Amino acid sequence: MSQTRQSPARTLAAHAVLILWVLIALFPVFVTVVNSFKSKKAIFTAPLALPGPDTFDLVGYRTVAQQGDFLAYFQNSLVVTCLSLFLVLLFGAMAAFALSEYRFRGNTLMGLYLALGIMIPIRLGTVAILQMMVATGLVNTLTALVLVYTAQGLPLAVFILSEFMRSVSDDLKNAGRIDGLSEYRIFFRLVLPLVRPAMATVAVFTMIPIWNDLWFPLILAPSESAKTITLGSQVFLGQFVSNWNAVLAALSLAILPVLVLYLIFSRQLIRGITAGAVK
Amino acid sequence: MGQLSLSGVTKNFGPVDVIKGVDLQVADGEFCVFVGPSGCGKSTLLRMIAGLEDVSGGSVTLDGRDITHLPPARREIAMVFQSYALYPHLTVRDNMGLALKQAGHPKAEIRAATDRAAALLSLDALLDRRPAKLSGGQRQRVAIGRAIVRRPKLFLFDEPLSNLDAALRVQTRIEIAKLHRDLGATMVYVTHDQVEAMTLADKIVVLRGGRVEQIGAPMQLYNDPDNTFVAGFIGSPQMNFLNSGAMGLSSHSAGVRPEQLQVTDGPAAIGGTVSHVERLGGETLVYVHTQDHGLLTARLFGEHDRAVGSAVGLGFDPARLFHFDKDGRRLR
Repeated sequence: MSQTRQSPARTLAAHAVLILWVLIALFPVFVTVVNSFKSKKAIFTAPLALPGPDTFDLVGYRTVAQQGDFLAYFQNSLVVTCLSLFLVLLFGAMAAFALSEYRFRGNTLMGLYLALGIMIPIRLGTVAILQMMVATGLVNTLTALVLVYTAQGLPLAVFILSEFMRSVSDDLKNAGRIDGLSEYRIFFRLVLPLVRPAMATVAVFTMIPIWNDLWFPLILAPSESAKTITLGSQVFLGQFVSNWNAVLAALSLAILPVLVLYLIFSRQLIRGITAGAVK
Repeated sequence: MGQLSLSGVTKNFGPVDVIKGVDLQVADGEFCVFVGPSGCGKSTLLRMIAGLEDVSGGSVTLDGRDITHLPPARREIAMVFQSYALYPHLTVRDNMGLALKQAGHPKAEIRAATDRAAALLSLDALLDRRPAKLSGGQRQRVAIGRAIVRRPKLFLFDEPLSNLDAALRVQTRIEIAKLHRDLGATMVYVTHDQVEAMTLADKIVVLRGGRVEQIGAPMQLYNDPDNTFVAGFIGSPQMNFLNSGAMGLSSHSAGVRPEQLQVTDGPAAIGGTVSHVERLGGETLVYVHTQDHGLLTARLFGEHDRAVGSAVGLGFDPARLFHFDKDGRRLR
């Protein structure tokens, strides 16, 4: 890639487009973070200005710290996201392995069935899901959210991972079988490490919608003890009065954990996306 | 010990019969090679012996023990794969020792066994490396070492030389032959390369379309093929098939090996024009276009100058012809 010589004008143009896109993508984040450090008056008078000596104010963060149990909300969000992520990756990889490795009747049909979820939004089933949760007594628990998010993430995970698993050498798996490894060992020790980039890709695509979701926490787990951070931030948005300082501060804080998780996965992710292209 | 016997072994994928009834005896210490064109079922048959593929019908026994439905790990076999199939996360030593470790052998014993195998294949210096840091030839030696460590009754090789370059292939071929002599173990080897088959085998099994065409020692197949397929497959360059009718013979076609054809300037049994010449130093291949028999190959030893387009005669000893009927069966 770096070997090919391109004219400076073309390079410049490409970079201009990329930079423009970065600016557009980061603008809402930038406005949110900047304004979370300003006084309420400053937010409204000059929303795009950077916080100066007289407009700098940590009132939003103070409110967040005092009002509501934000540490608990954070914890809820983290627990839900990490657990769902773990279950999606585990079950997704296992299903993908079975679909790509074993010949059985209805294999293709099963694969299609599992991939169907990609095309049908899970929110269409909200009413039925709520009824189920009420019937099982899971309303207002984190379990409800973990279950729903696992179901939501699985189709894409199975779809992407089974494609990658097909590319793992059959000889390697067979060598393991001859050496007496169990199917579980072959899966966990031989195959999973080889599809790690694909796992990271799936992890990122699964994690972000879960962390950001407002719909299911609002419907399935609105109680104080089960609130997630996105739902928790909503307490500052009233019908008549909104505490913008607090909302922006809460949202700024909510970016952090997901950013950390993304950084962990991103190295693998880039390898995953380019794996087919450069090899 | 390691006496393998297949009786009436079949394999079908749905309605497609891939292996159509194979009977085979491999004696203890014998080097048996499955050879055939791609898609002939030779790899499938090997994988059935290994237990990686279910057997649809018939039985596989090793030393009198029926292993038809045993899982691969309990068959006392070891396999070397074309793509090496080393475990990427383990060092060479751990790669070689894994099977024993899985079987629960004590550490000291595993260490001794891997050291012994490493010495045999001169892998000592590489024991702590990972497969990614090895060259192709070294990887294949590790794969062979991994097979040796298990002290199996039967070694299975699935086209082990196909991923190596030409020079390394010859060298590894010799190593495998030497290994077979040193270990005296029974080996079953799959290849599509008839040179590998001829040089390594005690016994060659020629397969086509899931059926055994002929079983025999290399020279037996070369000197006494049962049909046109075996006659054409064994020997390089390929046997020439002459149109018997044009020569007033009663058979349908007659085969003659390229080395049996003499190229002459004067009139001979067959006349034609030189269409191409390949000079290999030690031998010269002359391709002659003929009216009645199409393109024939003559293999001459030493260097010969034949101009393309010149008229030549091809002579042969009629006693060295192989006669075949119209279904390709040998007429003896």
